[in-house]
Amino acid sequence: MLALDRIGKTYPNGVRALDGVTLNVALGEILSVVGGSGCGKSTLLRVISGLDPPTAGRVSLDGAAITAPHPKIGMVFQEPRLLPWLTVADNVGFGLPKLAQAVRQRRVAAQLQRVGLFEKAGVWPRELSGGQAQRVAIARALVTRPEVLLLDEPFSALDAFTRADLQDHLLSLWAELKPTLVVVTHDVDEAIVLGDRVVVMRPRPGRVGEEIAIDLPRPRDRQSAAFDFAKRRVLTALDRAQDRPLSVDDREAETAAGAALWW
Amino acid sequence: MARPAPDRRNRWRAIALGLLVPVSVAALWELAVYAGLSSGRLVPPPSRIFTTFMELASTGELTRHTIATLLRVLAGFGIGVAFGTVLGALAGYSALARSLADPTLQALRAIPSIAWVPLFILWLGIFEASKVALIAVGVFFPVYLGVMGAIMSVDRKIVEIGRIFRLSGPAMIRRILLPAVLPEYVIALRAGLGLGWMFVVAAEFMGAAEGLGYLLIDGQQLGKPAQIVAAIVAFAIVGKITDWLLVAVSTPFLRWQDVVTHHRER
Ligand SMILES: Nc1ncnc2c1ncn2[C@@H]1O[C@H](COP(=O)(O)OP(=O)(O)O)[C@@H](O)[C@H]1O
Ligand SMILES: [Mg+2]
Repeated sequence: MLALDRIGKTYPNGVRALDGVTLNVALGEILSVVGGSGCGKSTLLRVISGLDPPTAGRVSLDGAAITAPHPKIGMVFQEPRLLPWLTVADNVGFGLPKLAQAVRQRRVAAQLQRVGLFEKAGVWPRELSGGQAQRVAIARALVTRPEVLLLDEPFSALDAFTRADLQDHLLSLWAELKPTLVVVTHDVDEAIVLGDRVVVMRPRPGRVGEEIAIDLPRPRDRQSAAFDFAKRRVLTALDRAQDRPLSVDDREAETAAGAALWW
Repeated sequence: MARPAPDRRNRWRAIALGLLVPVSVAALWELAVYAGLSSGRLVPPPSRIFTTFMELASTGELTRHTIATLLRVLAGFGIGVAFGTVLGALAGYSALARSLADPTLQALRAIPSIAWVPLFILWLGIFEASKVALIAVGVFFPVYLGVMGAIMSVDRKIVEIGRIFRLSGPAMIRRILLPAVLPEYVIALRAGLGLGWMFVVAAEFMGAAEGLGYLLIDGQQLGKPAQIVAAIVAFAIVGKITDWLLVAVSTPFLRWQDVVTHHRER
């Protein structure tokens, strides 16, 4: 289990990005994190990943404190961050520990097969589309078989069609090994398609506002009434988190919240 | 794959157009001298330059002078690159080292390097050491600036990929920093080499018993313009070859780039 115990993060410049964040994420659970821009979502993932240590509280994975990047915790950023001087296959294998060449090649090939990019193995990153590059980034993070995978707005730079495609793809990859996923997003649809639970964050300082369980069966139908209902709950919670007047059925408030999410 | 043909044709066309003016001027001058319109004593026609060049080459003179110059350039280049790389890497890597070294080096850079010549002669004598030192100074600055800039501009986001996968310090340098700075490093080396070739001329003007610069001075003092131009041609050829070697050595490591080095040359 991934446990966050009263996490606080104050940057050296005095910005309090997180304050008293307590969360438990069960093994194999998918947690979506939504919230307006600047409410500490990226900071939260960076703290969990061990890239930036918290200034208060403790992150632990199966009881062991996380203070630095950990082999069982993988991360996918908004940008693919592929190394331009390595081929796609070498990028995927970048994080694999020292292994026999043959074993390594087999694991990289199998992982590329899983993300549907087997035939791109020898290609340079610059030759990939945005969606393909992000799939390679996911393959690079998953090939080491992490217990926890953190994703920071992984599909926000992609067009709507590719985004929906990759959401489904991520779910099918998740179904194989069932790692814990923590997905930061500003897309409410994405949060609900993916998450077993949606955490809505409040800004200044970043705190957990509300937690909303999503009990819809998978695969989830983005058009269903139940999906719409869940969406309305999340949007309302987002409104509350932004300290806006409460207005459940007010279409205007909904679009305002939606717009706020994008910025 | 129907594309390369017109591309290549365009390139040949560009080369032909570029050669048109110099070749015509040379040919006209050759004709003018041949027709007796000018003696060609101060501005020798191409044929006379070629003859001089071949004479110098056949007696082994040209080889001897070229090697002398080449060795000076290589020695100065090696020293300049070594200092430039180490200091540039330190200044790029550590803010403290940058605060300590960079202001001084930037101030020194403001001095026209030829102004060092008298001091170098006083300190190092008029023979090889002062010449190599001058060349090294010329090579040092572009390499230092290039390495410092390249390291400072390494994408932090990519460094974080290294951190996520828990690379050790040496592994981070080998697997992330070196490949990331290599393209700019090659550009800096080429700039340094170019300056090395410029400075070797100045260095050999300080008085040299051999070297292509000596051929220049000798040609001037004895009134042999053909020898001067022949030496200039030799400078151009050897300079281009060394640059080309540098590119050839680095190209296999830079294949991942879109266009290897040509986009900087244009
Ligand atoms: N490296 C940093 N140094 C100082 N302040 C930062 C840094 N990173 C983020 N912040 C600040 O912390 C707050 C939360 O940022 P972030 O976690 O990026 O939010 P989000 O990902 O939700 O948009 C913002 O006010 C931001 O300006
Ligand atoms: Mg963010």
